[in-house]
Amino acid sequence: MKPDTTQPLTLAQTWWLLTTGLAAFVPLVPQVPIWLAALTAAVFVWRAALAWWRQPLPNRWILVLVTLAGTAGVFLQYRTLFGQRAGVALLLIFLALKQLEARTPRDGIAIVFLAYFLTLTQFFEDQSIPIAATMLATLVVATAALAALTDARTSPLPLLRRAGVMLLQAVPFMLILFVLFPRVNGPLWGLPTDAYSGLTGLSDSMTPGSINNLIQSDAIAFRVKFDGDVPPRNQMYWRGPVLTQLDERTWRPGKMIRVSALPYTPDTSSPAYRYTVTLEPHNKPWLFALELPTHLPPDSFTTTDFQLYAKKPVRERRRYEMESRIRSRHDPETLNQLASALNLPQQLNARTHSLGQSFATPGSSDRQRLQQAIDFMRKQQLIYTLQPPLMSANVADEFLFDHKRGFCEHFSASFVILMRAASVPARVVTGYQGGELNPVDNTWVIRQSDAHAWAEVWIEQQGWVRVDPTATSAPARIEQNLAAAVPAGDPLPFLSGAGLDWLREMRFRWWAVNNAWNQWILGYDPKLQRELLEKIGMQSPDWRQMTAWLAGLCGTALLILTAAMLWRRPPTDPALRQWQRFCRRLARHGLARHNWEGPDDYAQRLAAALPAKAPEISRIADLYAGLRYGRLDPVALEALRRHVAAFKP
Amino acid sequence: MAPSAAAPSSTALTGVLAAAEQIILGKPQQLRLAFACLLARGHLLIEDLPGVGKTTLAHTLARLLGLDFQRIQFTSDMLPADILGISIFDRERSSFRFHPGPIFTQVVLADEINRATPKAQSALLEAMEERQVTVDGETRPLPEPFFVIATQNPTHQIGTFPLPESQLDRFLMRIALGYPDRDAERALLEGCDRRALLADIQPVLDPAILAAAQAQVRQIHVAPALIDYVQALVAHTRHAATWQHGLSPRAGLGLLAAARAWALLAGRDHVLPEDVQAVLPTVATHRLQVPGGAIESRAPEDVARLLIEAVPLP
Repeated sequence: MKPDTTQPLTLAQTWWLLTTGLAAFVPLVPQVPIWLAALTAAVFVWRAALAWWRQPLPNRWILVLVTLAGTAGVFLQYRTLFGQRAGVALLLIFLALKQLEARTPRDGIAIVFLAYFLTLTQFFEDQSIPIAATMLATLVVATAALAALTDARTSPLPLLRRAGVMLLQAVPFMLILFVLFPRVNGPLWGLPTDAYSGLTGLSDSMTPGSINNLIQSDAIAFRVKFDGDVPPRNQMYWRGPVLTQLDERTWRPGKMIRVSALPYTPDTSSPAYRYTVTLEPHNKPWLFALELPTHLPPDSFTTTDFQLYAKKPVRERRRYEMESRIRSRHDPETLNQLASALNLPQQLNARTHSLGQSFATPGSSDRQRLQQAIDFMRKQQLIYTLQPPLMSANVADEFLFDHKRGFCEHFSASFVILMRAASVPARVVTGYQGGELNPVDNTWVIRQSDAHAWAEVWIEQQGWVRVDPTATSAPARIEQNLAAAVPAGDPLPFLSGAGLDWLREMRFRWWAVNNAWNQWILGYDPKLQRELLEKIGMQSPDWRQMTAWLAGLCGTALLILTAAMLWRRPPTDPALRQWQRFCRRLARHGLARHNWEGPDDYAQRLAAALPAKAPEISRIADLYAGLRYGRLDPVALEALRRHVAAFKP
Repeated sequence: MAPSAAAPSSTALTGVLAAAEQIILGKPQQLRLAFACLLARGHLLIEDLPGVGKTTLAHTLARLLGLDFQRIQFTSDMLPADILGISIFDRERSSFRFHPGPIFTQVVLADEINRATPKAQSALLEAMEERQVTVDGETRPLPEPFFVIATQNPTHQIGTFPLPESQLDRFLMRIALGYPDRDAERALLEGCDRRALLADIQPVLDPAILAAAQAQVRQIHVAPALIDYVQALVAHTRHAATWQHGLSPRAGLGLLAAARAWALLAGRDHVLPEDVQAVLPTVATHRLQVPGGAIESRAPEDVARLLIEAVPLP
């Protein structure tokens, strides 16, 4: 049936359009400035009020004014009318205002299409599963509204069902397009540069409390999937920024010297671990790897203090394959670098200084001094806690001698100060320690709450040796996890305590689903596409081959769907088939039957146009009418077939 | 087919129409529709101005078919008893005796039905639907055949109670007579008084044959393809934005019954889509409301054309 798109919109259709507009608008609210969200919401309320009290639509000039004001507002906000954000804002205003001038289903179709487009823009800011679910919901509502525009009186539920069925029918095409559509390198979803301010992660400096804050965050830093052996938990040190320079209370990185080759030689006798890291965007250039990697991931470099850097800040999810070995041989460091690893601000932490100096008896080796420091810290019975007392500038003194309560940053910083006072080069290394194995998909999940700080000391002949002072006082932090290490009663990061096993179980599942989504849906790049296609037997697929397959498979899917629909239709009456043949033949002579025209009327019209053929025409029409509508014996079908075959207009 | 009476040939039925056309000049289509309505055992609503021949039409049909005829002029002070009848105490027999009202007849002309109060209207409409009258707890059947021709003024004048949509639905057809064309009017003016002509009419069909014809209507074959078509038409009125409410199932039944009668008058034993299309303007349009709740005000033929051209033959 042909929809009449020039009739005025019914009330039900108006509500459908409003719902569609809202469904497209609400998920975009976080993306747009508050004034614009308020303006859009106000216009929606205005339209709803008009519909509720059955008032006429406002004057065109009012709409022009509001449009101009909104456009000017967008321009003032973004200083442009183009680009992603301004574009979305502008379309949102138009979506709302179009509601106020929609009079016929034709206008309604414009609203629905605009809503479809705006649905896509939800993905600009966030590509997570909840957003995808929201988009799908918007899609169902918009499609149901489209159905309502051509079918004015069906109630909402059947319309939604119809929309659901239509979207389900689209699923095969979606899958084919997703898998086969030639991919371009780089992210599908380009983000504007101001989109990263909210990201959490390690920073490039450490003051007491900075890691402590980070640890409260449940956000995922990266995921690791091991291929083969998994190192013991107490060896899982994910190396991040290395802090050499102490400036009162603040630790900063030393001078960064970029090298293109690895500044150390991995020890091939120590076990190797192969794994894949999926790093969440954190807007900093560090890449994380187990100490110490045997090669560099693509687009990265390393430094003399073994930091792994990406060439650009990590602004989209990044996946890289790594291999690490536990031990490695280090080249002798330059004097310069060792000197900077001994540097201490002199006026602070006097007690720690004198203690350190007392270790530095002439003739004692670096290793002996290290052992003395470790013994001292163990003897002090330091308490590992997420809530250390407030400390002054003499953090190490207060921590080691007074409060004796601290967090990994206090442990590592105090230890490094102690070592430097004992003339042993030392530095703070930050990163993540441990992680949580997700048993659902066997992935290690490293969260911000796994952030950690440890120390490295330079031992002649051995190179840089990792020392984790936290392990001396709270071995459980390293062996198990943070929750096991802090004293009972201390506050813990979200969900890390015991007794919430079912919740943790659910969270594991959710992480596994998210991981699969990230790896296979969002991370479906040319490389993955090629691998997948080769796995299903396509030899060296290029875009031409993919396009050919794409067309072929879509065509096949279309054929299958059409066949299914035809299958469900009642079989065509053979008499009708003959009649249609007859009608087609006449249509070629400009005497097409109107699709609503009955056989008798058509025959009379034909007879008037082709008087010479009148008897033949009327015989065919009578036979057909008798067979299809009357009680004519089906043997007459043969006669009809003969007459139709013989008929020449 | 009723076994008691022989099936009337279509020539006998068209004979009725031919005779009627001698009296009602220039309105063959309306006569045919009215007769089809009677054959389909439906009731007829004529919406037209006074003086265009409504009474004459009703009277003519009654006389030609040999049926009783009564006319009820509806007024605003009319009571149901004025239509149905009343029980009066008979002193001699010391019991109540029922005096049947004017509705106890075979052809009723309910003139200007929208002048009466809804109460009186509903008394008539209930009798039409039930084909029986219940007064004082006693149910009395109405005569067979029973055919109501109601008239209604098209313009809503002061002091009228227009029939609500639910009651319009009880009429199988709504037709308009309209002014006669120039030639017909001249013949009318030149000829003698219609009422005198009416008095001379002899019945051309006796009631038994009419009953057989009515039974025959129900035997007219309706193919599945035609039912598909009627369903598609009805479904379209329910889904299109053009109307507020679609056709009821009763309207669908009426459409089929009227189309059968139309096919019988055309001398066919089966219904063609053309039959449905022919009766559609009179059967469907008074049951459709435009958005906003008003009854269709466009010409029935235009509305029907809109509907017909929107629905392809299955």
